[in-house]
Amino acid sequence: MPNRVVNILVPVISVILGLLVGAVVMVVSGYDPIAGYSALWNGIFGDSYTIGETIRQITPYLLSGLAVAFAFRTGLFNIGVEGQLLVGWFAAAYVGIAFDLPMYIHLPLAIIAAAVAGGLWAFIPGLLKAKLQVHEVIVTIMMNYIALHTTNVLTRMVANGKETTGTIKETASLKSVFFESLTDYSRLHYGIFIALAMVFVMWFILEKTTTGFELKAVGFNKNASEYAGMNVNKNIILSMVISGAFAGLAGAMEALGTFQYASVKGGFTGIGFDGIAVALLGANTPLGVVFGATLFGALKFGSLNMPNAAGIPVEIVSIVIALIIFFVACGYIIRYFLVKTNKKKEAK
Amino acid sequence: MEYVIEMIGIRKEFGSFVANDNITLQLKKGEIHALLGENGAGKSTLMNVLFGLYQPEAGEIKVKGKTVKITDPNVANDLGIGMVHQHFMLVENFTVTENIILGNELTKSGVIDIKDAAKKIQSLSEMYGLAVDPYAKIEDISVGMQQRVEILKTLYRGAEILIFDEPTASLTPQEIIELIQIMKRLIQEGKSIIIITHKLKEIMDVSDRVTVIRKGEGIGTVITAETNPNELASLMVGRQVDFTTVKVDANPSDDALVIKNLVVTDYRGVERVKDLSLTVRKGEILGIAGIDGNGQSELIEAIAGLRKSKSGSISINGQDITNKKPRKVTESGIGHIPQDRHKHGLVLDFPIGHNIALQTYYENPISKNGIMNYGKVSELAQKIIREYDVRTQGEYTPARALSGGNQQKAIIGREIERNPELLIAALPTRGLDVGAIEFIHQRLIEQRDKGKAVLLLSFELDEVMNVSDRIAVIHDGHIVDTVLPKETTEQELGLLMAGQSTREKVTKQGDNKHAE
Repeated sequence: MPNRVVNILVPVISVILGLLVGAVVMVVSGYDPIAGYSALWNGIFGDSYTIGETIRQITPYLLSGLAVAFAFRTGLFNIGVEGQLLVGWFAAAYVGIAFDLPMYIHLPLAIIAAAVAGGLWAFIPGLLKAKLQVHEVIVTIMMNYIALHTTNVLTRMVANGKETTGTIKETASLKSVFFESLTDYSRLHYGIFIALAMVFVMWFILEKTTTGFELKAVGFNKNASEYAGMNVNKNIILSMVISGAFAGLAGAMEALGTFQYASVKGGFTGIGFDGIAVALLGANTPLGVVFGATLFGALKFGSLNMPNAAGIPVEIVSIVIALIIFFVACGYIIRYFLVKTNKKKEAK
Repeated sequence: MEYVIEMIGIRKEFGSFVANDNITLQLKKGEIHALLGENGAGKSTLMNVLFGLYQPEAGEIKVKGKTVKITDPNVANDLGIGMVHQHFMLVENFTVTENIILGNELTKSGVIDIKDAAKKIQSLSEMYGLAVDPYAKIEDISVGMQQRVEILKTLYRGAEILIFDEPTASLTPQEIIELIQIMKRLIQEGKSIIIITHKLKEIMDVSDRVTVIRKGEGIGTVITAETNPNELASLMVGRQVDFTTVKVDANPSDDALVIKNLVVTDYRGVERVKDLSLTVRKGEILGIAGIDGNGQSELIEAIAGLRKSKSGSISINGQDITNKKPRKVTESGIGHIPQDRHKHGLVLDFPIGHNIALQTYYENPISKNGIMNYGKVSELAQKIIREYDVRTQGEYTPARALSGGNQQKAIIGREIERNPELLIAALPTRGLDVGAIEFIHQRLIEQRDKGKAVLLLSFELDEVMNVSDRIAVIHDGHIVDTVLPKETTEQELGLLMAGQSTREKVTKQGDNKHAE
């Protein structure tokens, strides 16, 4: 079996296995798996509204996945995507509310503000890693909490003590009348184009630029990179900043697209953390992230339909979704068996 | 009856790759049997089959005449087969005794009985003349002594047949002589030895018979006394090999690399290079001879910009490069074949083509305005692969998949292609076979003949003597003497390397620039 076939078969078999084990869980708990899965299916592809909402859900996952994947490719583990997303969300919303500008300035400004905020937030752990060898995992985790509570305070200030800011100006909005009419008033917005453009940007940086060459080299072997005259510290910081900018953009999707405001949050959104799984599912490649984000976004949104349509409790739904992702994540086991049975066949 | 081990018609496959094919090796009791072959010829595979790490696809193994199935290393141990690995498997901060009993601890009511074990080790050590202190810590003893600990480990476990995997790779000349004596002593005591090596001189010195394998195939077994190094070499590579590196006399001109009073410390702040001065001239190869750990690595890293020097100066063609960044050093005309090709020389997960572009990726025409031109990368890679005989499936093969010799040829190609004023070659032939060594030596001499300076660091006396035009002997961070290969002997060099300064017989040439 050629490698290419294996590469395609692995995720497909993984998803099927996940669905099967998920079905077992539903049966054991006394629910009808066929009803459950058709509810899931309808929740994703049921009508133009659900399709729109599914894509809307995929959008921030694309960006948070890219953020994690990008850092990963350069040997860094950015657990702080959640925090970078939150500061990006706030920055975009603030610019969206506070300024009065024509759209062609206002919208890009709000988007860039989110990217810059996320980038700066990631700059700190990058700097600490490069200069003082502080492990980025610890710093980024802690910075998530700082981000959560700092943005909450700032949001309250902007909202004059209320929990939610006013809506952003229309000149800063990614809202799409066209998409609304197409998808029966779902919240699908133009941000999906930004996210897909960023997929291209990540691919371009890594595969086409000297910067990408350096980042990858540093990620694989710091010693050889130093020997080859690369500035290892600069590359570590740069990688974190680019990763953080992607994360900040994920925040902008929420601020300027889905919600159109910033609000005080009781806890993390989870999009940043799920980005880790998205990136790993996609083997840290740009195209892989598209696959991972699609799977995550679709399951996440589609499963909302399962309690309503099939009467399956939210807890069971969470287990089923987790199982599917679990099996996809253990793809290497399936790959192992595929390669092994293959070998046996060849031997015969 | 007379064979303690017979491996007959062994075949081992990895997928479609045949690593061993129809190899027969018969070890007589009380003989030293050499297993000779190039890198990747399948020596280690064969020994791993014997040691139970691999199962052969065909063939038979007999121990003392009985057919056996060696399914794992424990079975090999029980059959009295012991292996002295090339890379020692010792815990640095454990004592000799602790290391030897590791995994095999004698206990008295649940407590390890160190004393008893130490006594046993002491008596084994005396019996074979190993002179190992059972209570010494591994980190405090020399490499040669560590190897004896490995030997003791196999003896302690009752080995009758000892396999030595490249045992002289990291030993000094004196230690090699001692090792040969130890091997002869082991034979006297009734042990049998298989020694894996590609060094012909050692084979001639120590072995009774030689089994040669080439590209996985058994070529045959010859009696050492009836052969000579030239014949062995051609058996091994399958063609005539030149041994003595042919070269015309050097024609050195101006100073290229000038190092003055250099002091370099290691990561703990301990001075490893102490007030060292050295000059390499254009058109000459200066060899640095010395025992590993006498400051060579730190010296090279300081020149290459990978390590800060504490004081002193380094300059190349009059341009000061002291404490400059690696890129500056590279751009000022230094090419560097690093000592550890996996750590510094290559990004193993990158394609070999990317690795070939590792020093020039940021320059025109490989890239323009920060955009890589991977077409040009491929062009360059193909050129180097062709001209430097790098055997690889193509430029997209990961560097990791290449053999050591081919990885090294790619690095050498990359460095020489930039046409550097000074080429630093640190252990350029470590672990490589005769064919690759010959090739690399010729490239170094070519550079010299083009009027470039070459700084060669090597632990192999043969190499230093053969290739260099001048030899600087380093000991404890100093250059103790600079000698001419024609006017010195390996014996003399060995003594200098051990730190015996021969100040009274300073070379006649006035260029002896060492400072004391």
